[in-house]
Amino acid sequence: MKDLNIAGINVKLDDEGYLIDSSQWNEELAKELAKIDDLELTDKHLEVLKFLRDTYNAGDSLTIRRVGKSGVVSIKEFYKLFPKGPLKLSSKHAGLPKPTSCV
Amino acid sequence: MKKIVILGAGTAGTMMLNKLHKILDKEEWELTIVDQYKTHYYQPGFLFIPFGIYNKQDVIKPKYDFFPSGVNVIFNEIDRVDGENNQVYIKNGKVLNYDFLIIATGTQTRPDETPGLEGKLWYKDIFDFYTVEGAVALHKKFKDWEGGDLVMCISEVPFKCPVAPLEFVFLAEAYFTQKGIRDKVNISFVTPMSGAFTKPVATKMLSELMVEKNINIVADFYIERIDNENKKLISYDEREVSFDVLTIVPVNMGNDMVERSGLGDDMNFVKTDKYTLQSEAFDNIFVLGDAANIPTSKAGSVAHFAAEILTENLLSAMEGRPLKAKFDGHANCYIETGYGKGALIDFNYTTEPLPGTFPLPGIGPFGLLKNTKINHYGKILFRWIYWHMLLKGKELPIEANMTMAGKKKQ
Repeated sequence: MKDLNIAGINVKLDDEGYLIDSSQWNEELAKELAKIDDLELTDKHLEVLKFLRDTYNAGDSLTIRRVGKSGVVSIKEFYKLFPKGPLKLSSKHAGLPKPTSCV
Repeated sequence: MKKIVILGAGTAGTMMLNKLHKILDKEEWELTIVDQYKTHYYQPGFLFIPFGIYNKQDVIKPKYDFFPSGVNVIFNEIDRVDGENNQVYIKNGKVLNYDFLIIATGTQTRPDETPGLEGKLWYKDIFDFYTVEGAVALHKKFKDWEGGDLVMCISEVPFKCPVAPLEFVFLAEAYFTQKGIRDKVNISFVTPMSGAFTKPVATKMLSELMVEKNINIVADFYIERIDNENKKLISYDEREVSFDVLTIVPVNMGNDMVERSGLGDDMNFVKTDKYTLQSEAFDNIFVLGDAANIPTSKAGSVAHFAAEILTENLLSAMEGRPLKAKFDGHANCYIETGYGKGALIDFNYTTEPLPGTFPLPGIGPFGLLKNTKINHYGKILFRWIYWHMLLKGKELPIEANMTMAGKKKQ
């Protein structure tokens, strides 16, 4: 657990860098969180993050396939925006918990 | 007469039918089950077919053998559920009214979701083992295969029986070793997940087993398409994996009927309360087994444990009482590891698989997260239990909700 002051807010991140209190999230915070992963967020990135937050807050689970069907980005674009593990990375910047696949 | 309709006569639906037939007053309740197919498959047995351990006859029986007398059976395709009017439309034009509906239509493999999967190599060099046809075709391929790159790929999560691909590579490793050509077979396990399994303690144990058996793990690989010409898997971030023989778990989705009924998520799994097993849309619709979108394994053991909770809640709902029984996501899976050994995992929504003994604390006889011969016998015995006890809704000596007794906290 880490205590940080990011974008003027005191936030707690878990050991993997995920925001503990999702309600603290805003766009400025997202940009700062992304910088930790060497990523500069564009408007397209933010559009994806908002979709993730809306879906998550509606109680639906997040999958790469669902993002691909969102109309916001295709799966290929999603990978370009958030390289390697797009869902894990974008969830982190969206201030959401680490996605878990159910086994 | 009040009516209960069960959609789907697979493992979950058949178990539920037998349970309800036993406990409900036949003067008061009429039971109907609907399924489009007449054959019941023992799906855990598919895994053994490619290696010649089971054949087709070992895994099929008529569904009729498992239905109690005095219930209505309809063998036809389901068109849709009209939850507002408590009706089910059958493809032949028949309409069924219900007081309570149980959806148990399962999950299906959808090879058409991955471009190139059903191309010219399908059932020649590319196989699934989630259908009896695929498993039999792969058995024929393996009989005279002389070696090369064998790739096991998971297309998407969630999918049915999450340990099956692991078992497949372990059994393949043993099979080619026993054939004397293991040095010519390069085995890779390709997964969209970050490791062999999703939960840390089990992943560690299984990853060590993979290393010991010289099986490569390619993690975080999300397949986009298959290049049939060059025999390669290509991911969305343009990584490539070459294969000579590919065994794949196609994308899994719920029945299209769920989509037509407006009850599902974007993978056609029914939106379900993970504790009460009631549909989110209608109070008199319940969901059992793989058809539900609850965050646990899609596996027969889950359906078995959930069936007890569902029965309790259904009885409450019939009497207008609150739904008190809460499902914990309990799953229990044997993992075949080859050479007559197996491992066992037991977990739920909140507790990951841990080491220990099962079902009796300190005694077993089964070892959790341990690779033993007795675990393998458990799996072999299970086929008998499945046909003779489980489907018929008989009590098994295992609690529906998971217990921490016998487990070691890490």
